Amino acid sequence: MGLEGQLTGTFVGTRLSDALNWARKYSLFQYPFVTACCGMEFMATACSHYDISRFGAEIPRFSPRQADLLFVVGTVSHKLAPVLRKVYDQMCDPKWVVAFGACASSGGFYDNYCTVQGIDTIIPVDVYIPGCPPRPEQVLDALMMLQEKIQAEPLEKQA
Amino acid sequence: MSKHVLERLQARFADQVEETHSNQGDDTAYVKRDKLVELLTFLRDDAELAFNLPVDLTVVDWYQKREPRFEVVYHLYSTTKKHRVRLKVRVDEDDARVPSSFPVWPGFDWFEREAWDLYGVRFEGHPNHTRIMMWEGFEGHPLRKDYPINKRQPLTTLLGEQK
Repeated sequence: MGLEGQLTGTFVGTRLSDALNWARKYSLFQYPFVTACCGMEFMATACSHYDISRFGAEIPRFSPRQADLLFVVGTVSHKLAPVLRKVYDQMCDPKWVVAFGACASSGGFYDNYCTVQGIDTIIPVDVYIPGCPPRPEQVLDALMMLQEKIQAEPLEKQA
Repeated sequence: MSKHVLERLQARFADQVEETHSNQGDDTAYVKRDKLVELLTFLRDDAELAFNLPVDLTVVDWYQKREPRFEVVYHLYSTTKKHRVRLKVRVDEDDARVPSSFPVWPGFDWFEREAWDLYGVRFEGHPNHTRIMMWEGFEGHPLRKDYPINKRQPLTTLLGEQK
């Protein structure tokens, strides 16, 4: 992004990464990659009852090109894996990934011939949410953990 | 309930029906595959039987338990006569094929493709004899009892395996 270069000679009253990360962590645009029953919990979290917008992540984008947070919600089969990979590749940097539920994290109880044993065998994952399915509180907890992680990221990592 | 179905089937195809049994209203007939299409057509078209609904088609793998190894199972229902019947066809591993029931009930189209995909029984005469669940290039038939339980055939390069 070359922000440091553009800001030469000006005065910034904070560390640039702190300001940038603060802005980023409260404006997450999620892409929900929903494949299974965990989707219900995702919807519960996103709707007014648990209200994910309190954490600055209220707007799901239904194109990965407009999103910076990928929620992989549910079981991913080997047949679907290339699609997930493509969705991830289409997202612009900086981007983050949450593995939502036991299946996305590890394959869950689908230890069989057709199921991906955790999406981290296909794409990098930032936060894992256990549970079958996880409760909305866990999802919000995971979101806050991700925000902590974003806040701590160094500037140069965010190309 | 519908022993009548078995009796009528036996009367018409005495040489094709190997054995039958009825238990708690479940009527089953083991039949040969030689005249299977003819037999199924009879079940569909006979006025008293009138099996117009193909309910289910699947395969049982009796690996190392019974010979011949596979049983192709047909479940049929008649919406007009309100009766059911189950047909089983025994097929050997080396000769795992039966005539397709697609011409009799087009509703068995995807069932036969699934049975082929997961159990490797061929349905001769099926108009689109391809896999339906697993992807192109998948090797073997994963619901066979001798398919290695930990065998994985990923379509994508896994992260740990990238150069």
